[in-house]
Amino acid sequence: MSQSTNETTSRADDRTRRRDKGATAVNTLDGIGGMGAPAADAFLSVRDLRVHFPTDDGVVKSVDGLSFDVARGKTLGIVGESGSGKSVTSMSIMGLHKPGTVRMTGSIKLDETELIGAKPERVRELRGKRMAMIFQDPLSAMHPFYTVGHQIIEAYRIHNKVSTSVAKKHAIDMLGRVGIPQPSSRVDDYPHQFSGGMRQRAMIAMALSCDPDLLIADEPTTALDVTVQAQILDLIRDLQSEFNSAVILITHDLGVVAELSDDIMVMYAGRSVEYATADEVFTRPQHPYTWGLLSSMPRLDRVRTERLRPIKGAPPSLINVPSGCPFHPRCAYADRTGGLSQSERPPFAETYPRHYSACHLTREERTTIWENDIRPTL
Amino acid sequence: MTTTHVKPTASKQAGESLLQVTDLTKHFPITRGLLQRQVGAVQAVDGLTFNVVRGETLSLVGESGCGKTTTGRMLTRLLEPTNGTILLEGEDITHWSARKMRPLRRDVQMIFQDPYGSLNPRHTVGTIVGAPYRLQGIKTEHGIKREVQDLLELVGLNPEHYNRYPHEFSGGQRQRIGIARSLALKPKLIVADEPVSALDVSIQAQVINLLEDLQDELGLTYVVIAHDLSVVRHMSDRVAVMYLGKLVEIAERDELYTRPMHPYTTALLSAVPIPDTQRRTKRERIRLEGDVPSPVNPPPACRFHTRCWKAQEICKTQEPPLVELAPLHHVACHFPENTDVPAPAQAGAPLGDVVPDDAPVADATGAPVTLDRDASGDGEGPHA
Repeated sequence: MSQSTNETTSRADDRTRRRDKGATAVNTLDGIGGMGAPAADAFLSVRDLRVHFPTDDGVVKSVDGLSFDVARGKTLGIVGESGSGKSVTSMSIMGLHKPGTVRMTGSIKLDETELIGAKPERVRELRGKRMAMIFQDPLSAMHPFYTVGHQIIEAYRIHNKVSTSVAKKHAIDMLGRVGIPQPSSRVDDYPHQFSGGMRQRAMIAMALSCDPDLLIADEPTTALDVTVQAQILDLIRDLQSEFNSAVILITHDLGVVAELSDDIMVMYAGRSVEYATADEVFTRPQHPYTWGLLSSMPRLDRVRTERLRPIKGAPPSLINVPSGCPFHPRCAYADRTGGLSQSERPPFAETYPRHYSACHLTREERTTIWENDIRPTL
Repeated sequence: MTTTHVKPTASKQAGESLLQVTDLTKHFPITRGLLQRQVGAVQAVDGLTFNVVRGETLSLVGESGCGKTTTGRMLTRLLEPTNGTILLEGEDITHWSARKMRPLRRDVQMIFQDPYGSLNPRHTVGTIVGAPYRLQGIKTEHGIKREVQDLLELVGLNPEHYNRYPHEFSGGQRQRIGIARSLALKPKLIVADEPVSALDVSIQAQVINLLEDLQDELGLTYVVIAHDLSVVRHMSDRVAVMYLGKLVEIAERDELYTRPMHPYTTALLSAVPIPDTQRRTKRERIRLEGDVPSPVNPPPACRFHTRCWKAQEICKTQEPPLVELAPLHHVACHFPENTDVPAPAQAGAPLGDVVPDDAPVADATGAPVTLDRDASGDGEGPHA
């Protein structure tokens, strides 16, 4: 316990230091995800977040210097493969990591409230009320022993001093709003009586019951069939415009982010390698990893190619992240940087206005590669 | 039950059926009470008829619960069919005993979805991949170890990993181990149940390429069970779409993707998210309402009528047969899309009819126009 107190103190110092740095140089080139001061309209602002898990084999650096903003009414899509740190990031924002097992530094500000180092009671007040989460697997995220209604009512009553009957009316109302037929009878059903799509709807109802300002959807449609996925994505979009909440959509599916996101952040090995508006990411992606993701997926909207172009190799271990640019062992263009990719971590720089990427290639080199080698083959 | 026989594809040189499935049915009994009296049945698969041509890849697609995995398990005889016949190279293997099936297991192998669950964690890679040789009592020229190492190399693993355990490998590598095992006995047919859905995008592409290379190299025939329509389009020669245990459409790949005729196929294709923000605004989706009904009590006649925006009275009373509405394009629907051919409900449905002139063609990029509903403009309002 005392150790964690020290941790908090040093963390606070760290933070002040970094914030000062951020204030002096807006687009820092120091390679630690310098994104400068939070955008004026940012509702959630994450700066240089690091989440490390000490284990017997070494420190797992799940998130290592991450910065991003999300504004109200906007959706940030976080894309990356398993182990890239997407889910760890969302769990950090929600304060769901078990204390003592994790070292968190940096800053997570939810509407000016600092969450890192905040008291667990304080975070608990915010969780559910101001920020809520939809998980990938609704069956294991819901308690099998309680009715769906009971679980929504419980969450609602923790944050609102109302009677059970008022809360139940609210639960029925919410279930109706997410499109569950006959909500007044289904409210008394158990999770196993719902189909996969309905469970996901119920979970969304639960997450939205307290009208949160920030909704984190962690692979909300991965377990669902494609027709149901389309329903759920529509639902999230509709509810977002109704509640004007900030949404973080975490997924590995570039198609899903393209449907829903305003901004996209591509993560690799716990870091953000590219961060821009969705249009920018799809029209002129700047990072070789993003190119790799786009090339390796078969697409229905293009002529069928005979062969896919996968990224070679496999994602790195987060204990021994490769030196320099963590993507260099898998990158087809790493040899063009004269050894820089191997030795130096690339700065997270603003290549185009509001388009950040971390790569040693020059902007001209990237444009040439994208236009000549990548885009024609997609 | 329909007995329309699917003709072999012209694109494959031999055009010879390796597998012929007729009226394949699987009902899982639901029992109740002390006497385990049967009170109903889960009609998982109901009257499938199709064939698999030597050297081709046939994909079975559909949503969860449509019976595609059950079908795959019946093809490999891991499940006993309730009804129907399975002919492998002309021999009826439908009800062969486990003992009688054993020699045949060399010819039919399976790749499983979960690379974590399908490998014994206590066995080394050498033992896992070498198991088929031991089980079948096959003597190899240079010993099993050499053979296994060759296989590991074939699937892109390091032969020196012979003595490692599955947990030392990543998901993609494990799937390669599973593939190596299935290749050990040089099978003719491989049934791959969601071979890449548990893998990350970049790894998925590696495994798809591997499966295609192996097919070319070893002349394999694949039955791929998958739900990802983009992956299916990439891998398959022909595609069969299933809904609630029934085959609703089967056609050659390009034909199916550019000219889907069953409303369910159209809806499935339009629901696939496209990784392109430019398309977001101009696409109009066909939204299917609700979920797939329970296979315990499937809707009568056309099983899709409860969710279909084209459904009429006849769909609730009369089951549409699977008929050939275009060359090698079989559809089970009273009101097919993208075709001139009248409703096939009446007998004597046209076979091998001429392709209608107004059939939508691929646009400049080759993308099926059916994805852009506004372009095809068939006047049928999508079910919003």
